Amino acid sequence: MLGKKSLLDYLAKTLDVAVGEVREDGVVSLDNTSCTGMCDQGPAGLVNGLALTRLDQSGIDKIAELINQQKPLGEWPEELFQVDDNIYKSGLLLNQQVEQGAALRSAFKRGIRETLKEIDYSGLRGRGGAGFKTAIKWQFCSEEQQTERYVVCNADEGEPGTFKDRVLLSSYADQVFEGMTVCAAIIGAKQGFLYLRGEYLHLYDKLRSILDQRRQNSLLGINILGAGLDFDIEICLGAGAYICGEESALIESLEGKAGIPRNRPPYPVTQGYLGKPTVVNNVETFLAAAGIAVNGSDWFASIGTEKSKGTKILSISGDCARPGIYEYPFGTTIQSILNDCGADDVLGVQVGGPSGTFISNQEFDRKLAFEDLATGGSFIIFNSSRNILDMVHNFAHFFAHESCGFCTPCRVGTSLLQKQIDKIVEGHGSAGDVVALEELCQLVKNYSHCGLGQTAANPILTTLERYPDLYQSRLKEISFEPGFDLDGALETARRMANRNDAGAHLAQTESEHE
Amino acid sequence: MSKTITIDGKVIPFEDGQTIMDAAMAAGVYIPHLCHQPEFTPHGSCKLCTEKVNGRNCSACTYPAMDGQEVLNETQELIDDRKRITQMLFVEGNHLCPGCEKTGNCQLQAVAYHLNMLDNHFPAFYPEREVDASHPEVMIDHNRCIFCTLCIRASHEKDGKDVFAISGRGIHKHLIVNAESGLLKDTDMAATDHAAHICPTGAILIKRTGYQVPIGERIYDHKEIDQVSLATEHLKHGE
Repeated sequence: MLGKKSLLDYLAKTLDVAVGEVREDGVVSLDNTSCTGMCDQGPAGLVNGLALTRLDQSGIDKIAELINQQKPLGEWPEELFQVDDNIYKSGLLLNQQVEQGAALRSAFKRGIRETLKEIDYSGLRGRGGAGFKTAIKWQFCSEEQQTERYVVCNADEGEPGTFKDRVLLSSYADQVFEGMTVCAAIIGAKQGFLYLRGEYLHLYDKLRSILDQRRQNSLLGINILGAGLDFDIEICLGAGAYICGEESALIESLEGKAGIPRNRPPYPVTQGYLGKPTVVNNVETFLAAAGIAVNGSDWFASIGTEKSKGTKILSISGDCARPGIYEYPFGTTIQSILNDCGADDVLGVQVGGPSGTFISNQEFDRKLAFEDLATGGSFIIFNSSRNILDMVHNFAHFFAHESCGFCTPCRVGTSLLQKQIDKIVEGHGSAGDVVALEELCQLVKNYSHCGLGQTAANPILTTLERYPDLYQSRLKEISFEPGFDLDGALETARRMANRNDAGAHLAQTESEHE
Repeated sequence: MSKTITIDGKVIPFEDGQTIMDAAMAAGVYIPHLCHQPEFTPHGSCKLCTEKVNGRNCSACTYPAMDGQEVLNETQELIDDRKRITQMLFVEGNHLCPGCEKTGNCQLQAVAYHLNMLDNHFPAFYPEREVDASHPEVMIDHNRCIFCTLCIRASHEKDGKDVFAISGRGIHKHLIVNAESGLLKDTDMAATDHAAHICPTGAILIKRTGYQVPIGERIYDHKEIDQVSLATEHLKHGE
């Protein structure tokens, strides 16, 4: 959205390497990446896994020069890698960071069972988007027969337009680790994992030193705070696959296997990591749980709506004056969020990322809540200069690229959706093509194995519902359009026959009006 | 009282640990499937066996049977959608039945007949895929692979080898073999392996056995896949 295409072309030209290829001397290769979680400071890139932010032509000139001099990354100027938090609105969670160790001390003082009750009364639901009640998940896991149990923090923040976990791990990591440790005390786990998306490599060393510090302060390791709890946390880096945000694919990846979602049941709370009971929660969920352990359930439950307690941290990007992090009580209207971040002339908002819902400017009185607009935190604003079909086209390609390929409806279906959207957007669609598109959407949605496939058609379905005329306007007024170039297919025959007269050419279509 | 489920209203008994597919097969109810063979760990990837279980779509081959479940199998909606999923498998690869040695013995073809599939419906992908004829006795025609992973499971679970694996993601996923050269000849594959005979399509074939049974006298030339499946596969349950 920030002129990536022209910058990419410029970079390819400057480095003298084609997109998707390795330069002849083997020094550098260039390719596209899916969202790297830097939407508030884009255009962004990755070099040897490290994030580059706010790229522009002069930045690219500098980078190209450094690459051509074969300067090691450690000697590059720091400002190229500078990542800002951009917190514009703080609420319950972001206003006051829990002091190191405070949540654990409160939990031990109150009692572990009572702390689980507090989390239950708080109404906390999973912040990844699906909204399963946290206390129930922890309780189920604690009641399993198997005593070897695990805590996993899902920091594979891959939904395009989401970057709040990046900020939480950059500035609130202690509290997140504290939430994981409280969870370990409740469910009886000895080992935890932070599954960090590979694109957040820049946070790795910092997070490890926080873990070390916690070990030194008796907040991790053997006999934590003398309360008899043994627990430690290891950081595992992902490899850039969107699917690994799905909890069972994440567990497969933790086990060193390809990220493919498992068949369920059994669910991770019964058979997760290494087949043992495992709690997987979002970064923000652990952050909130630590806050609740300190401040009690009322502190949290007094804010929000009936079914959505507390606040939600949003990653706002796209067409607005101040892209960044915003924390809102559940129940806040979309309009007031748009006012806060300085968005004018808004066409619509993609709430919850591509797998969420696209809402039009007729619906800005709708509310942020599990009972209305649920979101994992992605909030992408589009103004009137944007073309909705371009966005749908982009998202269709994203899902086809990120499908793990395990099941037929998603593997083949997302590629078919991509082809069908391409056909319509490029102006080759005809009468039945929108109907065929919708039928295909339903197949992919209803029969796919996991959430990726089940939501992959959402950008199409939600925009088809709101802007049916937009799709229709791209169709040709003919009854049938071939899926390939008829005349082009005759080229070889023409060459062999040494002919190029009018009779050797075919019109692609004949209009019904002729 | 033994536990039961209903499939399309018919009461079917099951034992703990059985999937819906297990219970259905034992009771003589056919549920279309391609990636499932009762001898091997269920995979749940082809999605042909999708059923409505208490109103939700579930894969019969992996979903546990539970007392009182109401399962819908042969609704028009499920039949139509299974046909579409089969068509997806056809357009994704290069499945040219008249020129394939497996015709008449092919489960993909037989399921397509069973579901009354008369065309591809979707645009064909025509992917460029290779044939690996390096092995003296067994050949792989990647054009026909549907990624059911039966050969992977058979090699691992029955043959005690790991000749096959899946590599790649999305539409680019593909079958690979366990050899540095990437060629079947450099693996420990033998024509007597279970894995050499498990392919539901014509992707893995034994050399020099082609057309020994003439077209017209093959398994599915005279019988529907539901009859064949119920007659042969359910015997293997519990093995």
